[in-house]
Amino acid sequence: MSSANRNTTPVNRRRFLQDAARVAGACAVGGMALTKLATDARALPAQALRPPGALPEEHFLAACIRCGLCVRDCPYDTLKLAELGLDGAATGTPFFTARDVPCEMCEDIPCVVACPTGALDHDLTNIDDSRMGLAVLIDEEKCLNALGLRCDVCYRVCPVIDKAITLELSHNQRSGAHAIFMPVVHSDHCTGCGKCEKSCVLPGEAAIKVLPIRVATADAADHYRLGWEEDTPLVDELIDLPDRLPGPGTDNLVAPGGYLPEGMPDPSMEGGFAPSYGLPGIGGAGQ
Amino acid sequence: MSQTTSLPVGREAVLEKGWWKAYQFLILRRISQVFFLGIFLLGPWAGIWWVKGNLASSLTFDILPLTDPFVLLQGMLAQHWPEMTAIIGALIVGVAYALIGGRVYCSWVCPINPVTDTAHWLHDKLGFAKGWQPKRNTRYWVLGMVLAVSALTGSIAWELVNPISMLHRGLIFGMGFAWTFVLAVFVFDLVVSRRGWCGHLCPVGAFYGLLGKGSILRVSATKRAECDDCMDCFAVCPEMHVITPALRGADADTPIILSSDCTNCGRCIDVCAPDVFTFTTRFDETPAPARAERRNTKRQPEASRAA
Ligand code: SF4
Ligand code: SF4
Ligand code: SF4
Ligand code: SF4
Repeated sequence: MSSANRNTTPVNRRRFLQDAARVAGACAVGGMALTKLATDARALPAQALRPPGALPEEHFLAACIRCGLCVRDCPYDTLKLAELGLDGAATGTPFFTARDVPCEMCEDIPCVVACPTGALDHDLTNIDDSRMGLAVLIDEEKCLNALGLRCDVCYRVCPVIDKAITLELSHNQRSGAHAIFMPVVHSDHCTGCGKCEKSCVLPGEAAIKVLPIRVATADAADHYRLGWEEDTPLVDELIDLPDRLPGPGTDNLVAPGGYLPEGMPDPSMEGGFAPSYGLPGIGGAGQ
Repeated sequence: MSQTTSLPVGREAVLEKGWWKAYQFLILRRISQVFFLGIFLLGPWAGIWWVKGNLASSLTFDILPLTDPFVLLQGMLAQHWPEMTAIIGALIVGVAYALIGGRVYCSWVCPINPVTDTAHWLHDKLGFAKGWQPKRNTRYWVLGMVLAVSALTGSIAWELVNPISMLHRGLIFGMGFAWTFVLAVFVFDLVVSRRGWCGHLCPVGAFYGLLGKGSILRVSATKRAECDDCMDCFAVCPEMHVITPALRGADADTPIILSSDCTNCGRCIDVCAPDVFTFTTRFDETPAPARAERRNTKRQPEASRAA
């Protein structure tokens, strides 16, 4: 307001405009730097998993105010706030590393309850519905089960055993005489808790890893129809095709194996249709 | 006169009012700053979980939610509608600061304040020049920029660099390299710009300043008639331009410091030997005559230049 009085002379007005332009310019540069930082902050490393119920990453950064209340209420010290320069996740945001401390899938989900902003979605009330990531048997060359041994540890520790991980039996081609119990993860049940990755017995990196959903899954091929899946009809609507039974009024009387009712003219004679070739193993038309 | 003015800043107050009276608000302020950091550190350091979280959002005694309205505002501009807990927390904090002065946050709570105060103290000790002094309203531009970037990028933009949360969260949850932001602010205030960060740039201070524009609690130069022009209040005030209109005003002008830039730190009350200043409310209408003879008219331009 006081600047309004001062702007009455042209010199002062020009000075005011110059000052304003200078500050605006500086803020524009600062704003661009900040925008760059904000964009970079989205690059969540694959090994950093968000807590249960976390909104999709782009939205999470609008919602999470980095208070750490989720961290405090996690009874297993699973969660951490990312530290600048040490952890890849955006500074101050909560994450966990499955190989260090996995999520124990608390039934009452205290981390979600504690979140004041809803960055962890309060609609998540059943921990089995959480999707922190998806386990992937990423190194089949080292997985002991894949090599034909019986380790089974990831399968045993899975809180959703026999649904999220199953052991699929197949023939061991190498030995020719044994079986392979291949751990297979099913995305409709795996919560991404990371218990399997944590307990994989290999030293160092695990053969089974929980990856972010966006990395671990592909989009379904909509243009191929999986006819064997009951709920996937081959055509959009059910079409009732006519039943083609041999008999009067149908047009397939000459089909191989069809029979000729009494009183009907034999279609293979007198101008009726008769194939000029012989069908193998049947010995002519009509009979 | 000349004898008293040649004394170091605050010395005269100690001589006249005693040590405690000459330092009480500074000491109370430091205690408050230690308290607001310490209460959060009790949990991680001593296992006493009275307060969980950090300045962005906290839960006290498992019942009282408090949320930083500035952080929440950025989140809302980034198009996230928060849960009720955060909204209630932000309302409590917002209303409290709107009543006691938004920038009370700066001088009594913010953990960066001791850092920039130290930088200023060292700056004075070393006799450095003022350095670059951006306009006081630059912080509002920065505030606008931060809100714009939040809306454009859909993320809480200031938290990517905010030295306050870097320090506060860092001490409570783990620092990493976040101390570099704190060091940057310290160095900036020490060698680039005297009182540069809190006085000109910080958008958090700007936000809280706007929030407390109509606050009830105010400092007033009620006994301005007794001002002996020692200039000590200008020397200690982090926002010295706020003093001039109240202290140097004519009879008709209010002696109350109404600028929302005032941080209610109370340091002017401490250092003033004749006890010109006092805490009061914005509705206080105690008559406050201007100084009878403007004894040091020559000094005035200097004062306004300092502002
Ligand atoms: S569900 Fe339990 S173990 Fe998992 S992150 Fe939340 S609080 Fe921690
Ligand atoms: S409690 Fe919510 S807002 Fe706070 S750090 Fe955790 S996810 Fe973020
Ligand atoms: S992450 Fe592993 S242990 Fe957890 S549910 Fe998925 S398969 Fe099971
Ligand atoms: S201006 Fe900013 S950094 Fe300084 S005390 Fe206020 S909020 Fe803290």
